[in-house]
Amino acid sequence: MYDLIVIGGGPAGLAAACAAWEKGLNRILIVERDKELGGILNQCIHNGFGLHYFKEELTGPEYAGRFIQMLKDTGVEVRLDTMVLTVTPDRQVHMVGRDTGYRIEEARAIILAMGCRERTRGAIAIPGQRPAGVLTAGAAQRYVNMEGWLPGRRVVILGSGDIGLIMARRMTLEGAQVLACVEVMPYSGGLNRNIVQCLHDYDIPLYLSHTVTDIRGRDRVEQVVVSQVDERRQPIPGTEMVFDCDTLLLSVGLIPENELTRQAGIAMDPRTNGAVVYENMETSLPGVFACGNVAHVHDLVDFVTAESQRAGRAAADYVLGGAVPDGPVLEVKNGDGVTYTVPQHIRPGRVAKNCDLFFRVNRICGDSQILVQSGDTLIARFPREHLAPGEMEHIVLPRVLLDRASDSITVSIQEVASK
Amino acid sequence: MYDVLIIGCGITGAAAAFQLSRYRLNVAVLERENDVADGTTKANSAILHAGYDPEPGTLMARLNVRGAALAKELCAKLDVPYRQCGSFVLAFSPEEEATLRTLHQRGLDNGVPGLELLTGEQARAMDPNLSSQVTAALWAPTAAICSPWEYCLALAETAVRNGADLRLDTAVTGLERQTEGWLVRTNRGDFRSRYVINAAGVSAQAVHELAAPASFTIHPSRGQYFLLDKSEGDRVGHVIFQCPGPSGKGVLVAPTVHGNLIVGPNADPVPDDDVGTTSDGLAYVRSTALKSVPSVNFRESIRNFAGVRASTDRGDFIIEWGAPGFLDLAGICSPGLTAAPAIAEYAVQLLERDGLALEEKQTFCCQRRRVRFHDLSPAEKARLVEHDPSYGRIICRCETVTEGEILDALRSPIPPRSVDGVKRRVGAGMGRCQGGFCGPRVVEILAREQHISPGAIVQDKAGSWLLAGQTKGGCDHV
Repeated sequence: MYDLIVIGGGPAGLAAACAAWEKGLNRILIVERDKELGGILNQCIHNGFGLHYFKEELTGPEYAGRFIQMLKDTGVEVRLDTMVLTVTPDRQVHMVGRDTGYRIEEARAIILAMGCRERTRGAIAIPGQRPAGVLTAGAAQRYVNMEGWLPGRRVVILGSGDIGLIMARRMTLEGAQVLACVEVMPYSGGLNRNIVQCLHDYDIPLYLSHTVTDIRGRDRVEQVVVSQVDERRQPIPGTEMVFDCDTLLLSVGLIPENELTRQAGIAMDPRTNGAVVYENMETSLPGVFACGNVAHVHDLVDFVTAESQRAGRAAADYVLGGAVPDGPVLEVKNGDGVTYTVPQHIRPGRVAKNCDLFFRVNRICGDSQILVQSGDTLIARFPREHLAPGEMEHIVLPRVLLDRASDSITVSIQEVASK
Repeated sequence: MYDVLIIGCGITGAAAAFQLSRYRLNVAVLERENDVADGTTKANSAILHAGYDPEPGTLMARLNVRGAALAKELCAKLDVPYRQCGSFVLAFSPEEEATLRTLHQRGLDNGVPGLELLTGEQARAMDPNLSSQVTAALWAPTAAICSPWEYCLALAETAVRNGADLRLDTAVTGLERQTEGWLVRTNRGDFRSRYVINAAGVSAQAVHELAAPASFTIHPSRGQYFLLDKSEGDRVGHVIFQCPGPSGKGVLVAPTVHGNLIVGPNADPVPDDDVGTTSDGLAYVRSTALKSVPSVNFRESIRNFAGVRASTDRGDFIIEWGAPGFLDLAGICSPGLTAAPAIAEYAVQLLERDGLALEEKQTFCCQRRRVRFHDLSPAEKARLVEHDPSYGRIICRCETVTEGEILDALRSPIPPRSVDGVKRRVGAGMGRCQGGFCGPRVVEILAREQHISPGAIVQDKAGSWLLAGQTKGGCDHV
């Protein structure tokens, strides 16, 4: 019997395991399906990681390396090349691996840290032929950075998510020609710094309010047709541009990988595609926590780390302190301009001093106020100069404010200029 | 000199090869692509139809009903995923209810067992997500779903195991009648055979016209589909048809044997075997399907695809001598998948009547089993991994496919030559991430096991290259 089993040895799992160890758990197991720890960071060889957490600019493998090093100083067990197949509601974890064999381990607490996967062509129903050469940006990144192979030489990128932007630069540096980055929304879904450093610096055009409307090529991509879209995101006839290319990279969103979570019967939030979590990242199944991209898709690994440390500490508290009565529960509601919040539920009695609340907005906003209300009462207000769907927002709600709320709180955006 | 040479290894050619491999005959199958089941067979609704659609007295009617019964038996013997889930044809109006009665009568005439006319409520009681607008339904308990490509592969593998000679990447370029049999010219040399069977699918007209004057016209008709994630796989429990129209059986909603939901097809004429999808076609499929099952969640779509039906101007299967010693199995559109083993049986009867001596092989082996890790119990999984650790390495996360299963496929009678060939054999890449995660790993295994460079691995057909070259100036792909 383990105190804690952490599923996934990426940045979330590593931070959670380290934090739980520091809090006093000593039978911890990380189960990682790849051959090494680090998760997707291992293929993110560009820099820009760690500015918040380490106050320096690291590459992905360096960032992961810091935590792998920290882990070495603990007694946390790691099982590599091992995939979890099932998590049962009574916290049995079925896993299989070449060396592991098929095993069923029990745990007092579980942390779900499986990360996310990329949306594919089928998910967005791009019409056209189905040649080779249409792949997700992350798969291309793996080929280039891990396997040493270039997946194409003339490239169009659909979607301006961060991985797509990073790959625009990466493919260019490897000698490919990136002809265009195409984004269906009127704004980019990526970080501003990536637009500047990965597109502008290499003269790669960004077509906002455009999408791919046809893929041509019987065996391999030969052409991609790009059209402008209207406000309802419908292609406008007559605006077609044809690009002669051999590759279409897709950076059209990430989906938390929650098959194990669903299988275990844990309550899900259709907005995050992750588990519904409380303030300490505990799911609807007591003793099971979720953190990192499996809970909601983050932009910065630094925030994954912070969130996962909270989950790790909370799991340790759960194991060491036993179950605590929930007390009153506040539901966090999405008001105007807000797509989702994490956590979705807050137990004020469990908040020591402050409660971190993360959320995304559904549109670009200039000078704005983030309003937190309970019923008709405004309990907090946070000014922001700029808000964008591509950048996760973070506010801190002190316990004293939460104690004033009852039943639910609503987070909404009010643009100052428009009022 | 072969006794029988089959052109095309889709479901029709594979079934013919399988049927012929029972006898002491030299049988060859030529397939122009690098894999079997690579045309219409891999892109259709995967339905084994009960048999109430075809007009009584047609070949389609006779061979559909017989084929459905044979398929059930073959799928069990050859370990092909098969589920007899039954089908509904829905009616939304009094006119359509009249169509149901016609279909019901046709089914009775065709000898389809178990047909029943139900009210809308009765149908909804069996499949609660059916539209509240459904007024009546025809229930056909013998309709089934299967894995069409694995069915074809299993038949072809069994034929090869029993001595048939399968030549992939071999395209027929000419057919010459000789004093004894036929000279078959291909891109890979000439073959001689006493009989030739034309099972070339959408290309059957072109192949026929290499051997004989034109006698039928194929009008390729494309059908587009959505495949939805397993989270939608239970949306319906049965195959849900609407009333058939002039262009076919219409848009269906059905579970797949792999646990997904399939929705489609439309029907649009295309000049050749163009399997592209269009936004209009997909939009039509979506809106039409929602009429049957309004709650289908298309946000869970994981893939779109299209297949091309080999429809002809004759409206029935064309199973006849195109020339002496040259047997056409053409126009095998729906219900061709269902009818295939019966078509093969009939074709062999025609050969026998023409003088081909059929002597049964004592050694004929009609068995096939493969490991499906995902479907095993925990205890079976544990035993298997202990016995061979390669079954412990999960390659495809979405479908839980192991390296051991891929290695099994590579050691099978018709090993995969492409990433999609692996997908069709073991399911790797069929899931919600569509090979995003396992693709590079499958490339690595294919390259390692076949001792070739990853740069030489293709996605599907020859020419569908995956990797342009090594980074940092490594050697380019050819």
